[in-house]
Formats: sequence, structure tokens, C-alpha cells
Amino acid sequence: MSDFKRIIAKRKRQDFIFNIIGILCTLIGILTLGALLVDLLLDGLPRLSVGFLTHFPSRFAEQAGILSSWVGTLLIMIVTAFTAVPLGVAAGVYLEEYARKNWVTNLIEINIANLAGVPSIIYGLMALGLLVYQFRLGQSVLTGGLTLAFLILPIVIVATREALRTIPQGIREAAYALGSTKWQVVRHHLLPYSVGGTMTGIIIALSRAIGETAPLITIGALTFIAFLPPPPLRSQPPFVSFEWLSSPFSVLPIQMFNWVSRPDQNFVFNAAGAGLVLIVVTLSLNAVAIVIRYRVRKRIKW
Amino acid sequence: MNVNLELSVGAISQTIMTSDFSRLLVSPEVRDSNDRATGKTVQVKAEVSELNFFYGKLQALKNINMVFGANQVTAIIGPSGCGKSTLLRCFNRIHDLYPDTRYEGKIILHPSGTNVIGPETDPLEMRLRVSMVFQKPNAFPKSVYENAAFGLRLRGVNGKELEEQVEQSLRAAALWEEVKDRLRQSAYTLSGGQQQRLCIARALATDPEMLLFDEPTSALDPIATGKIEDLIFELKKKVTVVIVTHNMQQAARVSDVTAFMYLGELVEASPTKDVFENPANKLTEEYITGHFG
Repeated sequence: MSDFKRIIAKRKRQDFIFNIIGILCTLIGILTLGALLVDLLLDGLPRLSVGFLTHFPSRFAEQAGILSSWVGTLLIMIVTAFTAVPLGVAAGVYLEEYARKNWVTNLIEINIANLAGVPSIIYGLMALGLLVYQFRLGQSVLTGGLTLAFLILPIVIVATREALRTIPQGIREAAYALGSTKWQVVRHHLLPYSVGGTMTGIIIALSRAIGETAPLITIGALTFIAFLPPPPLRSQPPFVSFEWLSSPFSVLPIQMFNWVSRPDQNFVFNAAGAGLVLIVVTLSLNAVAIVIRYRVRKRIKW
Repeated sequence: MNVNLELSVGAISQTIMTSDFSRLLVSPEVRDSNDRATGKTVQVKAEVSELNFFYGKLQALKNINMVFGANQVTAIIGPSGCGKSTLLRCFNRIHDLYPDTRYEGKIILHPSGTNVIGPETDPLEMRLRVSMVFQKPNAFPKSVYENAAFGLRLRGVNGKELEEQVEQSLRAAALWEEVKDRLRQSAYTLSGGQQQRLCIARALATDPEMLLFDEPTSALDPIATGKIEDLIFELKKKVTVVIVTHNMQQAARVSDVTAFMYLGELVEASPTKDVFENPANKLTEEYITGHFG
């Protein structure tokens, strides 16, 4: 009897020890993030104001704002989303539903997984060579958006495929058995049913892209810019304009990078303020992803 | 063509001992009254000849020869892996969705004379003409209405006509009374048995020539199963039914003709009463008495 008790006590001890180790490991991550946030809040919060969002950068720290960089970030994200999402979703659907499974598709699959791990500066160098010098798109919003689109394309493809794989085969068979073509199955069933997973992947990918600095510096994003791109809407016909695509730009992380490197301590506070804005945007994007996933899961249970 | 296929049941009884398929054509009235001399005629709906089917190198069906009577229920029974679902899935060419599948032989659908598995026949055409109900209820995560309407929408039906046909098919699937007030709700709010009847309504809506059931009640409780069986019995007035089942009582209850398959071969296909009371083949007898399978 006492033998059993000894064995049980020993196992419980092991359990307890691992429990403690687990808690410590978790705390390291959470505390680091917490400390970072608190530090950022202390430095940046006093700088946050309407003026901070509506002013251009300035050589006086107190008057400097992030108008041009948040507008730049927004425009870049729009270009990135409008290119990476259709391309990535289409490629994912093709690979998962249309492509025959053979060594060629296997090779493509492995390479896409690898692409997701390529350092972002490599994408910047490729974009500099291809988009800036070869296609002469300039150091523009378009170039920046396309560069980040390349960067997140593999993530979108993988997310789309994963989302499609969660749809039971029985649903596909039911749709085909009614006489659907492949496109009808994709259009009426697979895309709507996988939208939760795909959207989540897209938003996670965008929230990664929004913080990217290296590839944009490589293609020549400005670090100081005191004007906005031309507006997309005009008062005269044809009312819409795409001139903003070829405008130079800056983005939030580059603005931060620029401010941090200045000797004046007040600019560091500005950087913290911009960082807060960036974090809030990223966290809200992630929150949107969580809400979408929750709502779709509630609606569709396989 | 049609005339040749029309066989009098009176004549059939004379030929039972030959290998003629005509003995498979039993009219429902004959079955019920247990009288073979009523002179009722049954037409051939589908004619399977020398059918072989391959998954890659694996031969899943071996030289199947069989006829399916129009407006009859034909049950296919046999142990797991005997090829009964494979045979069923030939009729709507659903095998074509998967790589490395190959058909040999013919499945002629009468009266059009279409060879279901012929290379000249588009799988899409067969799926538009032949409907299928699957083992697990696989309603789409859409509303009840949209589920029943999907096949019709694919065929370009809409407006008032769509509404009428949806109602008609839900009635035919004995589901209308239960769902008429919740047509806009998700199909996933229905019970398993209701979902399966919704799948039947969805399959029926398009007025198919044949209705294929692949173990339609294996995921359902006995009450839901009973409803589906009653429904199948009703449906044969309108459509030719083929049902694959693991449940021999089910085959006995709903079918006119029962086919027993084993290891990819058709062992025996006879009027259900004969198969269960007086099987011609020793294997069939062993299977239905539960000696294996």
C-alpha cells in the first residue's frame, strides 16, 4: 500500500514541478509584452492628441505629427490587400481544388511554405530590382503596396488552403452530385464556407505587413515627408484619380525609426506615440479577425 | 427499343431459372399481393453490363451484369468493402472527382439509351439526371430553403416557379409540415433525420431519373430511419430508387429487388422475397443469416 502512495506522491511532485515551470515560461512572454506596453504608454500617451494625428512631421518635436505616415500606411495597406487577397485566394483555391496532386504541385507547395519564411528584406531587394528599376514604378505607394503584397502572398495562400481543407468532403460531393461545375462549387459553397478561416489569415497577414519596415526602406520610402498623396476623389469628372498610387510615401514604422534615431529626447516620445497608434491598429485588426472567426464558427459547425 | 424492354411478369416466372435478368423486374403490386400472374409489366431503367471499375490498380468491381427496374427499389447489400457503394457511385459519375479512377463496360440508361460511363457522356450530365443521397446528412450550411433550391438554381429555375418546386420537393420528402415556418433558418438547426430528409428533398427537387441512396439511415436513430424508409417506399412511384444498405431488415422492408455483392462481384440479384427466403447462392444465405459480414 505504502508503495503505491510513494509512487503517486512522486508523480504528483513531478506534475507540480512542471506546472511551476510552465507558469514561469508563460509569464516571461506576458511580462515582457506588458513591460513594453507600459513603457510605451508612459512615453507615448502624453504625446497622443488630435494634433499628433493631423500634423505633418516637423523639426520641432512638439509640433511634429504622423499625418503623412498614417495616411501612407493606410494607402499601402489598401494596395497590399487589393493585390494579395485576390491573388492569394485564387492561388489557394487553384492548388487545393483544381490542381492535380503530383510532384509539380508538391514542389510548388513546398516552395510556398518556404517563401513564407524568407526574410522580408529579401522581398525589398527583389522589389527594388523588379518594380523600381525594371518596371519603373518608382519609389511609390504602388511599389510599396506590391512589395508587401509579395511578402504576405504565401501567408494568404496557406490560410486559404487550410480554410478549404476544413470543409468536409461530403459537402463537395453533395454539391457536385447536384450537377455543379467546379466553379459553381467554389463560388457557391467553398468560398462562402471558408470565409472565416480565409479572412482570419488575411487579417493576420495584413497585421504583419503593417509593421514591416525593412522592405519599404529598401525600395526607398521617405523618412520625412510633409505632403499628402493626391486625393482619390475629385470634384471634376472622372471624379476618381489613381495619381496617389505613384506618390512618394512614408509609413508609421519608418517614421518611428526616423524619430528614434534623433538625439533630441522629445522625438523619442513622438516615436512612442506613433508606436502606440501602430499597436492599436494591429490589435484592432486582430480583434476583427477574432470576431469574424467567432461569428463564422457559430454559424457553420461541421 | 421500348417494346423489347417491356416484359410481362407472367413470362418472367417461366424464365427464373435461366440467367435472364428479367426475373429482377418485379412490379410492386406483384410483390405486395405475392401473385406473379397479374400480367403487370415493369420497364428497365438501367442496364449494367460487363462493368469493371478500378481505383488505380485496384479492381473494385468485377464484371457486374444487372438490370434495374423502373419505379422499383433495388437494394444492394453485402459486407463492407464489397463494392456496393462503388457500384452506386458509378451512376452519377461521382468517381470522376477523384484521380486514377477508371470504368470499363456499360451502364445504359433507358429510355434515352445514354451510356452513363461512356467517354462521350459528360459526368455533369449524369449528375443533372441522377440524384444522390449520402450516408451522412450533408446539408449545406445555408437556409432550409436554399438547400432545397440549390439544384433548381443550378438549372436556372427562379422566381415563383422556384418557390413552388421547393415546396413540392419538401412535401415529397415529408418535411414540409415540419419546416414550412422555418424555411429561412439554417439547415443546421434541423435534427439529423430532418437534415437527411432535406437532402432527399434537395435530390428530388430536380426531378431525377434515378435516386441513389448510399446507406441513408446509418447515421440516424430508429424513428428517423422509419420515416426515411416509408419515404423511399413512396418515392418509387415517381422515380427509380437504388439503395445501398448495411441493414438487411431495411433491404427486406423497402426493396423490390435485392442484389448481394461480395468482393467486387455480384453474387445474386433476385426479387427481395426470394433472396431472403430462398437464396439461390450459398454465400448469400450465409450472409443474410449472419454467418459473416
